[in-house]
Amino acid sequence: MPKRSDIRSVLVIGSGPIVIGQAAEFDYSGTQACRVLKAEGLRVILVNSNPATIMTDPEIADATYVEPITPEFVEKIIAKERPDALLPTLGGQTALNTAISMHEQGVLEKYGVELIGANVEAINKGEDRDLFKGVVEAVRERTGHGESARSVICHSMDDVLKGVDTLGGYPVVVRPSFTMGGAGSGFAHDEEELRRIAGQGLTLSPTTEVLLEESILGWKEYELELMRDKHDNVVVVCSIENFDPMGVHTGDSITVAPAMTLTDREYQRLRDIGIAIIREVGVDTGGCNIQFAVDPADGRIIVIEMNPRVSRSSALASKATGFPIAKIAAKLAVGYTLDEIPNDITEKTPASFEPTLDYVVVKAPRFAFEKFPSADSTLTTTMKSVGEAMAIGRNFTEALQKALRSLEKKGSQFTFVGEPGDKAELLAQAVRPTDGRINTVMQAIRAGATPEEVFDATRIDPWFVDQLFLLKEIADELGAADKLEPELLAEAKRHGFSDVQIGEIRGLREDVVREVRHALGVRPVYKTVDTCAAEFAARTPYFYSSYDEESEVAPREKPAVIILGSGPNRIGQGIEFDYSCVHASFALSDAGYETVMVNCNPETVSTDYDTSDRLYFEPLTLEDVLEIVHAETLAGPVAGVIVQLGGQTPLGLSQALKDNGVPIVGTPPEAIHAAEDRGAFGRVLAEAGLPAPKHGTATTFAGAKAIADEIGYPVLVRPSYVLGGRGMEIVYDETRLASYIAESTEISPSRPVLVDRFLDDAIEIDVDALYDGHELYLGGVMEHIEEAGIHSGDSACALPPITLGGFDIKRLRTSTEAIAEGVGVRGLINIQFALAGDILYVLEANPRASRTVPFTSKATAVPLAKAAARISLGATVAELRAEGLLPAVGDGGELPLDAPISVKEAVMPWSRFRDIHGRGVDTILGPEMRSTGEVMGIDSVFGTAYAKSQAGAYGPLPTKGRAFISVANRDKRSMIFPARELVAHGFELFATSGTAEVLRRNGINATVVRKQSEGEGPNGEKTIVQLIHEGGVDLIVNTPYGTGGRLDGYDIRTAAVARSVPCLTTVQALAAAVQGIDALNGGDVGVRSLQEHAEHLTASRG
Amino acid sequence: MTTSDQGTASQRQKAAPAVLVLEDGRTFRGRAYGAVGVTFGEAVFSTGMTGYQETLTDPSYHRQVVVMTSPHVGNTGINDEDMESRRIWVSGYVVRDPARVPSSWRSRRTLDDELAAQGVVGISGIDTRALTRHLRERGAMRVGIFSGDVPADEATLLDQVREAPEMKGASLYEEVATEEAYVVPAVGEKRFTVAAVDLGIKGMTPHCMAERGIEVHVLPATATAEEIYAVAPDGVFFSNGPGDPERAEHPVALMRSVLERRTPVFGICFGNQIFGRALGFGTYKLKYGHRGINQPVQDRTTGKVEVTAHNHGFAVDAPLDRVSETPYGRAEVSHVCLNDQVVEGLQLLDQPAFSVQYHPEAAAGPHDAAYLFDRFVSLMEGQRA
Repeated sequence: MPKRSDIRSVLVIGSGPIVIGQAAEFDYSGTQACRVLKAEGLRVILVNSNPATIMTDPEIADATYVEPITPEFVEKIIAKERPDALLPTLGGQTALNTAISMHEQGVLEKYGVELIGANVEAINKGEDRDLFKGVVEAVRERTGHGESARSVICHSMDDVLKGVDTLGGYPVVVRPSFTMGGAGSGFAHDEEELRRIAGQGLTLSPTTEVLLEESILGWKEYELELMRDKHDNVVVVCSIENFDPMGVHTGDSITVAPAMTLTDREYQRLRDIGIAIIREVGVDTGGCNIQFAVDPADGRIIVIEMNPRVSRSSALASKATGFPIAKIAAKLAVGYTLDEIPNDITEKTPASFEPTLDYVVVKAPRFAFEKFPSADSTLTTTMKSVGEAMAIGRNFTEALQKALRSLEKKGSQFTFVGEPGDKAELLAQAVRPTDGRINTVMQAIRAGATPEEVFDATRIDPWFVDQLFLLKEIADELGAADKLEPELLAEAKRHGFSDVQIGEIRGLREDVVREVRHALGVRPVYKTVDTCAAEFAARTPYFYSSYDEESEVAPREKPAVIILGSGPNRIGQGIEFDYSCVHASFALSDAGYETVMVNCNPETVSTDYDTSDRLYFEPLTLEDVLEIVHAETLAGPVAGVIVQLGGQTPLGLSQALKDNGVPIVGTPPEAIHAAEDRGAFGRVLAEAGLPAPKHGTATTFAGAKAIADEIGYPVLVRPSYVLGGRGMEIVYDETRLASYIAESTEISPSRPVLVDRFLDDAIEIDVDALYDGHELYLGGVMEHIEEAGIHSGDSACALPPITLGGFDIKRLRTSTEAIAEGVGVRGLINIQFALAGDILYVLEANPRASRTVPFTSKATAVPLAKAAARISLGATVAELRAEGLLPAVGDGGELPLDAPISVKEAVMPWSRFRDIHGRGVDTILGPEMRSTGEVMGIDSVFGTAYAKSQAGAYGPLPTKGRAFISVANRDKRSMIFPARELVAHGFELFATSGTAEVLRRNGINATVVRKQSEGEGPNGEKTIVQLIHEGGVDLIVNTPYGTGGRLDGYDIRTAAVARSVPCLTTVQALAAAVQGIDALNGGDVGVRSLQEHAEHLTASRG
Repeated sequence: MTTSDQGTASQRQKAAPAVLVLEDGRTFRGRAYGAVGVTFGEAVFSTGMTGYQETLTDPSYHRQVVVMTSPHVGNTGINDEDMESRRIWVSGYVVRDPARVPSSWRSRRTLDDELAAQGVVGISGIDTRALTRHLRERGAMRVGIFSGDVPADEATLLDQVREAPEMKGASLYEEVATEEAYVVPAVGEKRFTVAAVDLGIKGMTPHCMAERGIEVHVLPATATAEEIYAVAPDGVFFSNGPGDPERAEHPVALMRSVLERRTPVFGICFGNQIFGRALGFGTYKLKYGHRGINQPVQDRTTGKVEVTAHNHGFAVDAPLDRVSETPYGRAEVSHVCLNDQVVEGLQLLDQPAFSVQYHPEAAAGPHDAAYLFDRFVSLMEGQRA
């Protein structure tokens, strides 16, 4: 039965900005789905507010709406496009929730839009805890296995004490009923704890009720990925076992595929339960993910939850098995059955089978706790990681060690040298799950811990524990051997030891180890991920390395270009870089090259085996890349390696690659050095006569003080050699400078602190440009909304710039060209400028694709990354203009007057983090980047575009209600006009006493509210924090200054996050918001696809 | 560096060297696993990621050297419940990364020890994927594993491999079948009696029948029609088993006499081939067979696809596109493997008899095809009515 003929157009909802728990994996799945649907001849309409995605590329869908994913905006799109169907299962929880809400509001019915891929009843059954309990109960009756965690409801301490016996003893989980955000819940390990926690819980609960639940902490944790078609054919695509047992969110666990420690009997039991659940829930077509806990003592199975949609785990499972879940889900949604869909990789067998693996996959999470020093780093059932790396090996140890080195984080690889520390202390530490617990465990093993002790401390399965012992034993042998014999070396490599690790153990340099290894002929081979353990021939070159016997890399004739990706997502280096890599792959493939992608991030489009001609799923370290280059050189001609598109990761490898004789195409390593080294870059600027803020470097407080005294406070200080503004701070006085230097552990003579003049009140400008050695193509000029001093990644910006004139653009163009030429760029360059007092300062230059490339490309309808890839391989701007890849005339600096305005807004992860006392973390923006993602708002005027960006990032701006204003002294002047506007729009103003005074003097009425520090008033007057918590405030404006007023601000801002009230922390954002509110109140806000915008822009350029 | 001197390094005792030699001359060098010694057999690969204990004890693997494509084997040890027969049958075992420590609440001993105790010679640490690809391209072939004091001269080893008997033309079922008849009682109320001809039956098969109220009389492979009807069966079952079906003259003749009496018949695996031959179809050796637990089989009567457990090197040659005339009336191919269109099931349209080439009893493998036992029950019910 082929596809349905009654569906001609389908609306796909994306997942919006990257946030913790919902990241690039939905770009991967959404892109797959859109491509499949389009190939089926359907008109695909897409909505996604995230410009950094491949799915929002104009060629992926027929009509691409970069608009907020809210029911209001999606309804506008439906009204305009009138799609036949809506596919909501590929855009994470965001898409699912939006679809359900539109169903409930009757919007879908009104426009005759059919929900495909999921039905509302199934979604509710899967997501509602009580309904799902019923599902599990029904499944137990049918299969005889699986249950929900046992629980008892208690109304008194007597009930509670009896309840513990019913549940079979301690520990138990106490959950008070009807408290906000799970307040008062906790684990009780004995009667004393129980009396304390349950006693408090009974008091806190408005119904004097607590739920006592058996603890499944420390149980084995598994996941299954299933797919079902309309004929009720069900397959289990993948099983995943968590290295970290129950208690750690699966997104934060090290996970392994396939399951390693189940007999067939137990595995089939999970499979039977999984299939019965997908049927009982009623997921008619598509995928779902089911999580299980298994008691290691007797195999009792508890079904934890199911996701009736494509999930993060399904993206991982797709990459782990070669079975493209999202692609197949899309086909099933339009009517195909599994047996009608061919397996992409074998091309000869159907998709109605279950992949079998002859390798092991390990995923490791990447955290960013260093960005949130006050956040509690204990891993819990709330996900906290910002990215992940996946690795494939022929055994667990190989995959694990590759995954850990793929994380690209200091200390993420096991170390086997130095004093491990005290065994008891290490074991005690390992009890608390944290980022890097596995390294603590390894040190405990080195310190003499037994397998039993490790299991008792961590509950990590004994088989996994033994694998860690195996690694330690090999390290011991490496250390003890007289010399590196080929057999021992090969054995170490088979268990994933890197040249760096071996060098560390042997006291040798990495390159010496490599030389020895090559001399001994110990090199990796490349095996294929083929879904079938070699039972059938694979047609798709999806490779991983292994120290085995036979390589499967086939010879080729066309010249290959190797593109290095960006590794695990982290704050400062995310999906934007993957976007550029994917574009390069597409452009170079079109230009006749064989494209070879190297990356280790399973969430991305670049690691879809469909994207490039060959995919190497490998760590991005020097060793791993050199081996791939070697293998590809044996396979055929290699035109070169592209390092400028994957962010700082590949850029950092460029010099070493070149030193090893690898051809780098595009901007050469020397040019990268010229832009990144302060001294060299200073000379470039001096030669071009361009000013930079005064600065100096120091290694002591005295030195730093001397510089600061000379250039004047405030100063911007930061350690050298860091990324993403790590440790960067604006220092307003000497006291703070002294404490900054004292706190900073990384400062040393070889790593000085950089002290820059901080340009107060400057406008920050970002420029993306292409340079071919002769001609500059100004890709776009972005004017930041927030002033200089806030990391460009966290700042909102507008393109075209809203307050810069033709003269400014001309200066920017000249300066950009001078820098591009002086540095020696071939391809993309990103430069940050600051305009202060009519002087255009150069802040920094990055000779690579920047975070803003996708935004700029979409805002100007020009594929900059594609052009950069071509320029890297020798094309000129003139040729690309002639070819049509770049516009025939003009560039991003001279957009027509009626060009749409695009606004980028950053999305912050505040709500994810709590400190160890359970309080939220502060939300102030600063020079250190903390955002996880971004959205784009696009419209004909700035106000509407800004309003859309806010709606996409945080929810709609309020158009009326109560606004609370409390600003720092220096902002009081600039606050007056926007405040007046708010009143004009009917807002009632609340303010703290100081701000209220200024407002009143300017004729603006504002009600004074009590500060949190003042406490509740004598007549019960609420403090501002109480008001926010009660939902009495619709908009918050709170700007911080130095350290004064910080504490109050902290409470206000964290309350705003907790209650999801829009909170503006700069006056510039307030001014922009006022324009947005003005636009919203001014009339109907429309929607327009990128294709329409582009058509309009092309016509104007004409 | 600081190594703790109580050094666990000694734990990594190196097993004796071992070499695997294929009849076409390709060799792989690794380490001994299980018993140390010499063994020969037909090299086949199995792609299941779970269920090594069931695989090892499946009599259909008699005289075969099984290559596990899944790299980690032995992780859950050996328990007392998952044996499919009284012993391990594989003649050799090839794995990449054997477990050092098993982990399962049911585990009683390690796989390594069990193999050694039963004298099964294995090899570990070789590129099992390269070997699998070789077998896929060249077909299943004879192999030898030599461990311990291995003579350096590979030519001598190769000669030995080439002297070993081939699988084609081998009659093996009598070597694995029970010598004495025994009864597996029905679970709960007894509803039917089935005579099961043991050609290498797996323990799970009578269990699946017993669960459905069937009292199973397992009979030796040499059983006669008189012996079958002596138990007054409602149905007759022909089991899985090793070897070339062309050499199964006695079971084929037995099958014919059962069909003549129109007793309901169910066959699995070797039983399917015997059914096919009894109907007059031919059988042939597949290039490298189906061995795994992920094979998509379509039930052509319903169009539904089931994921199934396979272990067969031979298949029935029957037409997919039409109904065939046989001495017992019309027959058709009821099940087909979607990977390669191999016949996976046969049924008679005019009398109650059917068989499948794969394993509805699973063990190891998915339970998708368990409905076939219900189908057998329905046939027996139908016959009574």
